[in-house]
Amino acid sequence: MSQAPPQSGEPVVTPVRVVIGLCLLAPFVAMLWVGSYAKSDPAFIGIPFFYWYQMAWVLISTALTMIAYKLWQRDQRARRGGGSR
Amino acid sequence: MNDGVNGVALGVFIFFFVLVTAMGFLAARWRKAENEHSLDEWGLGGRSFGTWVTWFLLGGDLYTAYTFVAVPAAIYAAGAAGFFAVPYTILVYPLIFTFLPRLWSVSHKHGYVTTSDFVRGRFGSKGLSLAVAVTGILATMPYIALQLVGIQAVLDVMGVGGGEDTNWFIKDLPLLIAFGVLAAYTYSSGLRAPALIAFVKDTLIYIVIAVAIIYIPIKLGGFDDIFAAANDKFTESGNGGLVPNHGGQWTYATLALGSALALFMYPHSITATLSSRSREVIRRNTTILPLYSLMLGLLALLGFMAIAAGVKVENGQLAIPQLFENMFPDWFAGVAFAAIGIGALVPAAIMSIAAANLFTRNIYKDFIKPDATPAQETKVSKLVSLLVKVGALVFVLGMDKTVAINFQLLGGIWILQTFPALVGGLFTRWFHRWALLGGWAVGMVYGTVAAYGVASPTQKHFGGSSDEIPGIGEIGYIGLTAFVLNVLVTVVLTFVLRAVKAPDGVDETKPSDYTADAGDPGVQVELPPATAGSSH
Repeated sequence: MSQAPPQSGEPVVTPVRVVIGLCLLAPFVAMLWVGSYAKSDPAFIGIPFFYWYQMAWVLISTALTMIAYKLWQRDQRARRGGGSR
Repeated sequence: MNDGVNGVALGVFIFFFVLVTAMGFLAARWRKAENEHSLDEWGLGGRSFGTWVTWFLLGGDLYTAYTFVAVPAAIYAAGAAGFFAVPYTILVYPLIFTFLPRLWSVSHKHGYVTTSDFVRGRFGSKGLSLAVAVTGILATMPYIALQLVGIQAVLDVMGVGGGEDTNWFIKDLPLLIAFGVLAAYTYSSGLRAPALIAFVKDTLIYIVIAVAIIYIPIKLGGFDDIFAAANDKFTESGNGGLVPNHGGQWTYATLALGSALALFMYPHSITATLSSRSREVIRRNTTILPLYSLMLGLLALLGFMAIAAGVKVENGQLAIPQLFENMFPDWFAGVAFAAIGIGALVPAAIMSIAAANLFTRNIYKDFIKPDATPAQETKVSKLVSLLVKVGALVFVLGMDKTVAINFQLLGGIWILQTFPALVGGLFTRWFHRWALLGGWAVGMVYGTVAAYGVASPTQKHFGGSSDEIPGIGEIGYIGLTAFVLNVLVTVVLTFVLRAVKAPDGVDETKPSDYTADAGDPGVQVELPPATAGSSH
């Protein structure tokens, strides 16, 4: 399954698009590598690491998706501005 | 387990129930279009929903009463393993960011209402489209049944509908009433009803969670004590724990990934997506939808609180309603129960609409009556949505609850098998239609057989959704294993079929269809322009 952004025809891989791809890929690496967070310490206000870490990732992944969205918007605008459509 | 009816809670519950019922019927007038007898209008709300309505609709749709009852129940029973729902929902958003806008574009360009419509158009195969439609309907029905189970749990704890000695009619009467109301306003208002009610549902849920997550830990002496109590329970019973052990990590990761891939294959998630006004609405939504994941995480912690509060229930589904009943004052328990109850009505309505759309478009119109008019389509869809709900009701009343849960588990495995045809099709036309059908069949059979073979202490079959992954030896989610098998078979068969030059179906879509947005030439808004422009 491709995490790369959909392509619309011309210059396909650009640095911006690589960044977008990485933003979208990061949550998969972080969440599927369960061994990296399957522990109880350090706890936060009494909540074991395992739980607060994953909830923190809700916020991190939201921020990443937002960055990806903004970059994508800019990318598309630049493309349309360039008369590619 | 409880002593009599909780009058105050019941009163509050009924108040909210009457409120949303009124809203449900009035919804038909909300953002009304001129051509009300089209399936687009009834089944997709006229495709006119903006960012916030879509957000509420999707949230109302994906985070169901069953989720609210079942996720903490899983934590209550097994600890860490039940928390996979959080990474699962985290992974959903990058996924939908990637493929749903393409589905939106191509669907609006060609007037597709369901995923099967797209598959038929892309691969020129009615057989493949039928496979996707049947899988969707089969996977959705038990899901609707589980929503009714969620309402039942709340009614039980309030002291109505419970009790073994009452006769079946009195016992099930409240559920029958809730069901009748749901059926009536879905029939009359279509997708607009759940969209409007979702506002009430989410507001109530947010209030309840915010209060629960602050109030209950204070009463129980803080999170330290809560987790200590939970740890004691798991150590004592030797079952579950606060952190997954090494063997459990594979299960955890595969369940999260498999469920994330499956979620947007469900017809009801697609229905909510296609009803949005533009491609941008979907991408923007992926940046605000994670709010629900945060809520889900907090909600999951309630499972530990139930342990610490000494809630002892045999049926884990009752753990959270019972926790609310024990901890909250009566009136607020009523609010909490209303939140769960309404949380069941919204998705049940959307799911039955989605299943009905699938039946009408991809079975009735494709195979039974190809020349059906839009008005006939809508009529059939309305009737089928009713039938689907009656089926779910019979399911819940006639059979053991575990049957519904088993089927829902199977449904998740099944629906994931439509991923290669749908998402694969959105990005490439390389897969051969017969290969996709072959891969789907293999995935379905493997998934069903493997799930049948899983035993648990209480059940001989369908005891869980995880089994040994062949070749790796770790325990993983059956749905994901079946999905990998499905993709392998599809790829190999595609090579073979391409080599023997098997006839490829006609692809009615063009590459540019997948990136078109509202306002681009040729994108059907399928609404009178006045209506399409009037929604904010």
